[in-house]
Parts: sequence; structure tokens; C-alpha cells
Amino acid sequence: MKGSVDTETLSMLKEVMEDDFSELITTYIDDATSRVEQLSSFLNDKDSEALRHCAHSLKGSSSNLGATALSDLCFEIESRAKDNQLAEVGLYIEQIAEEFLSVKSALEKLL
Amino acid sequence: MSESVPLTILIADDTDSDRLILEAIVKKEGHRVVSVCDGQEAISAFIAERPDMVLLDALMPKLDGFGAARKIKELAGQELIPIIFLTSLTDTESLVHCLGAGGDDFLSKPYNRVILKAKIKSFSRMREMHNEVQVQRDQIASHNDHLMQEQTIAKQVFDNIAHTGCLDASNVNYFLSPLAVFNGDVIVAAIRPSGSMMVLLGDFTGHGLPAAIGAMPLASSFYGMVQKGFSMVDILREVNQKLKQILPIGVFCCATIVDMNFVKKKIKIWNGGLPDGYVHRAATGEVETIRSTHLPLGVLDDMNFKDDCRHIEMALGDRLYMWSDGIIESRNSNGDMYGEERLRALFDDKAQTEPVFDRILNSVHEYAEGERDDDLSLIELTMVEPAEVVNTNLDYEPQRYGGLLEWALDLELKPSTFRLFDPLPLLLNVLVEVPGLRSHSGNLYTILAELYSNALEHGVLGLDSSWKQTPEGFAKYYDERKKRVDALAGGFVRFKLDHEVQGDGGTLIIRVTDSGPGFEHQRNINNGHKLAGYSGRGIPLIRTLCDSLRYIGVGNQVEAIFKWDADD
Repeated sequence: MKGSVDTETLSMLKEVMEDDFSELITTYIDDATSRVEQLSSFLNDKDSEALRHCAHSLKGSSSNLGATALSDLCFEIESRAKDNQLAEVGLYIEQIAEEFLSVKSALEKLL
Repeated sequence: MSESVPLTILIADDTDSDRLILEAIVKKEGHRVVSVCDGQEAISAFIAERPDMVLLDALMPKLDGFGAARKIKELAGQELIPIIFLTSLTDTESLVHCLGAGGDDFLSKPYNRVILKAKIKSFSRMREMHNEVQVQRDQIASHNDHLMQEQTIAKQVFDNIAHTGCLDASNVNYFLSPLAVFNGDVIVAAIRPSGSMMVLLGDFTGHGLPAAIGAMPLASSFYGMVQKGFSMVDILREVNQKLKQILPIGVFCCATIVDMNFVKKKIKIWNGGLPDGYVHRAATGEVETIRSTHLPLGVLDDMNFKDDCRHIEMALGDRLYMWSDGIIESRNSNGDMYGEERLRALFDDKAQTEPVFDRILNSVHEYAEGERDDDLSLIELTMVEPAEVVNTNLDYEPQRYGGLLEWALDLELKPSTFRLFDPLPLLLNVLVEVPGLRSHSGNLYTILAELYSNALEHGVLGLDSSWKQTPEGFAKYYDERKKRVDALAGGFVRFKLDHEVQGDGGTLIIRVTDSGPGFEHQRNINNGHKLAGYSGRGIPLIRTLCDSLRYIGVGNQVEAIFKWDADD
């Protein structure tokens, strides 16, 4: 079964970050946690621009941590927000919240 | 090389985890990192830290990557500060936007250490190259300034030496680019003491200083010699020899030189390597071409140099045109040359009222659409009455040394001198101090040599020329000559030279007297068949070389009269 995070990416990061690897993981988890929360609130406000921006940032940082599935979900929101098509965004936010939980637990095992 | 140079790299990214990763990668490559969270901070950090390279996230709060990139490029000025956009933007429009804002490249997420390392290295190399180019550009600019200064000074020196002489005379029209000195064209003109005008148009091979430098000795020889009354042939030879000596192989001077005699209404012209010149007849409108029949100046040594000139009668109002190849080789925008046919056609267009000189310049100018005017040199000389040509050039140096003019010389040689000394070079040295006689030195030598050997051998030594009629007698003659000279106790040969100036020329009287008893000269001189013989005092030969020859008294005195004309 395919994991939530790409182990190859993570082992490369471990090599580059050395002692700062744990700091990277906690920084990501903190950042992503607040962004996932922000997504819902921006959707409530129907703020497409803020939504797009937030999804874009989460997409980038998640891809850097090897959370490919999470990154792809963010892309779906980003492109819909860009076209101002917010109908299905709620569904994607739910999926993101769920996927983030499994990413988080996978990453926390590495600490 | 660039790997070992640590750079300062500015990272601007609002996502903390992404920034941490980038910082780690860049530090691992040995570079110094300055890290900020938005575009505004990026600009402040850029000013404070002057990084070598900037990694910019595209979407950031306060000021985004695009705005920051624009400002940073502006602050960098001429320095190359590579900006790499950090982006997961994938649509074409956004990527183009990044480049439009001054970005040099992208780095997409997820970050790849190997790719980032390669990009930093490549941009570092580009920066070094850019810096090198800037240093070289500044050097070139400074060298160019220097060169322009030098050329200005060189031009001043050149103008003092190769001034335009009498080109402001009323019968002269000329066009010479102000920068002509550096394309190798030169026009010099001066009035001779006899009142004729001598003009030289030269075109040195090549461009720039090498072409200009040869014009100086040319001009200084030309002006120096014209003033002293040297003939055109002397000047040609001198200039040729000087250029041959000083110019490197492959550098020479195509030239036309003309001596315009306003009294006799004729010109004497020599063309070595320039395009055909024209004589345009005022009465008929006909054109006579003056073809180059010689090699350019500075090619042949003096011995092989040919100085034969063309003599052309010119009526009042007839005009002579000379030009360098700049006119014929002027090109239009298609790169086609103006050519000789077009030039020639201007002369045949009789309906035109515009003077030919202006027609030529305007036509070439129009043809070349204003380009390459620097290469045109054109001169028009009109035949006028002598009174119209006033030597307006007052800045000549006063003539310090004009050569021998009117003088006389007596030289008596005695027996000890006969044995050891040849008086001919001494006498010839004196004679060539007369500018007008210099070009006749060959003939003068022959005359003096014959008269001297006659005086010494037949007069003083009493040798019989009839001995020389057989080969055996010839040897005997010279044995006997040596014996008699060695044994000689008395006797003399006396030279008397007398020179007078007459108009444009002069007369040299050579009188040779010996201590001998004389001879039956009436019979001898009328004996025409001796010309081909071994002996006979060489009198018939001498007669062909001078204006008159006569023996005086008992025959121990001979007088030769040699006349020269500055026009010859």
C-alpha cells in the first residue's frame, strides 16, 4: 500500500538537514495544521484569492516533505479557487484534513 | 573554480519549512545564507547584505516575488544578480510573468538538491563572466578614449607637417575628409619657385595610424623639395625611396603627382596605382584618361623605379581630375560599388549646369546614402593664366638652403693627384648641389669622365688613342698609361666650372685645360665615323649629351656647355 509520505524524499531531507531534521518536521506540522484550518475559514468567507494562496503554499511545502497525495489535493483547490469555482472545494478540504492526519502520524514516527 | 567561491545567497520564502530546507541545502554547498520571509524584507536584506544571488518565492505576503525581483534588478544596476524563482507554479502565464519581472530561472518544488547546486554553479559562472565582460568593456572604453586623444594629437602634428599648402589657390577645388589622415589619404600642393604648381594625391594602403604615418615623410619631403626647386622626378624618386625604406612590406602609397605649368599651358603627370584621372577639355567636353602606368610609391627600390611621366597640353579652362578609389568603391545599401561608369557618365551629361566637381560629390553622396563619406578624396585643377595663381601660402619656412645657384669653381690637379685620386665624385658632388642638375648627374658624369680622361691621357701623358683600336693595343695602352703616370714629373689638368641661372633653368659651362701640346682638333672633330670606334676621344658621344662642345686654341682646352630646364 502506498504511504502518505515518500520515504525517498524524507531520507534525502534527513541527510541534508542533519540535526535540524526534527525542527523541519515540527515546523511543517505546525504550519500545515494552521493552513488546513485556514482553508475552511477562507471557504466560509468565499475568499477565493486567500484560498488559492493558502492551498498553493500548502501544496509546495507538502511536496517538499514528500506528501505527494496531500500536495495533489491542494492543487485541486488551488486551481478551482483560481477559476473561482468553489462548489467542490468543501469536499477537497475534508479529504485534505483526513490526508493530513495520516501524513502527520507518519512524520511524527520519524521524530 | 566557482565551487570554491562561497557566495552570499538571499532566500525569501514565507513558508517556514520550505525556507528551512533551502537554507540547509545552500549552506551544505558552502555558501552564506541570508534568509527572510517576504518581498519587503527581501529588498531591505538585499540593500544591507548585497548578496550575489537571490532565491525568491513567487507568492509572498506584503510584496510578492515579482515586485521584489523588479526592485532588486533595479538596485543591482549593471551588476548581474541572478534571481531564481522558487515556485510550484506550473502554468505558462505565471512562469512568463516571473521572467518578465527579471527572474533568470525557476526552481520547482519539491526542491532537488542536485539541481539547485547545478543552478547555483551555473549562475555563479555567468556572474563571473559578466563581471569580466564589464571590466573589459570599461578597459575598452578607456583605451578608446586614450586612442581618440592620441589621434587628436597625431592629427595636429600631421596637419602641421602635411598642411594643405597652396590648395586654397583659386584654380584648385578639392574634397578631403577631415578624418582623411586616418584613412590614409593625403593631398599636398605647393607652388614651385618657377611658378608652376605641384600637387600630389596619395592613398596609403590600410587604415588608421599605420596608413597615416607614411603621409608625414611624404609631406615633409614634398614640401621641402618643391620649395627648393627640385624637379618632379627628383621628388618622386625621393618620396618613393623614403617610403620604401620606412614602410613595412605590403604598405605602400598609390599616388598621382602632377606639375602644372601655367606659362607653357601643359602638365606633366605620373600615376602610380590610383584610378584613372581625367583631363576634361573645356572647349569640346571631351575626357582624356590618365591611366596608372606605374607601381605605387614605396614598392620598388630606386634602381627599378620608373619615373617616366606623361606630358599633356592643357588649354585655358581645361580641368584635371584626380581621386582615390574611395569614390569608385563607395557602396550603396545593396553593397554595390559606385563604379567607374557612373563617374564617367557625369562628365558626358552635357545638359547639366551644375559644375562637375559638385556633381561628383553629390552623386556619390546620394548613391552611398550618406554613408562612408570619410573615404572620398577628390581634387580638381584648372588651367589658368600664371597671374591667377598667387602663392598664397605664407607659412612656408624661409628658404634656408636653396642649393647652389650662380657660382664658379676652379680646380687644378697635379701629378701626385693623378696617381691616387679620382676627381670625378668630388666634382659631381658639387654639381648635384644645384637642384636642377641633380637629375642629370648621369650625363654630367659621362661628360666629365670623357673630358678628364682625354685631358690626362692624350694631353698630359701623350698617349695615342689609335693604340686602342686592337685588343692587344688596348692592353698596351693601359700598361703605358700606368708607367707614364708613375713617372710623371710635371703637368696639370685644370677644371673650370661656371653655372648661371636662366629663367626656369640654367647653363653650366665646363672648361677643361691640360698641360699638353694640344692636337689637330679641327680634323678630329669632323671625323664622324669615330663614334663607333674604340677611341677618338669620345667626342661624338659627348656632343649628344650637351648643348655645344668646342676645342679652343691649339686643342689643349675644351669647353662643353650644358643647359637644363626645370621642366625636364
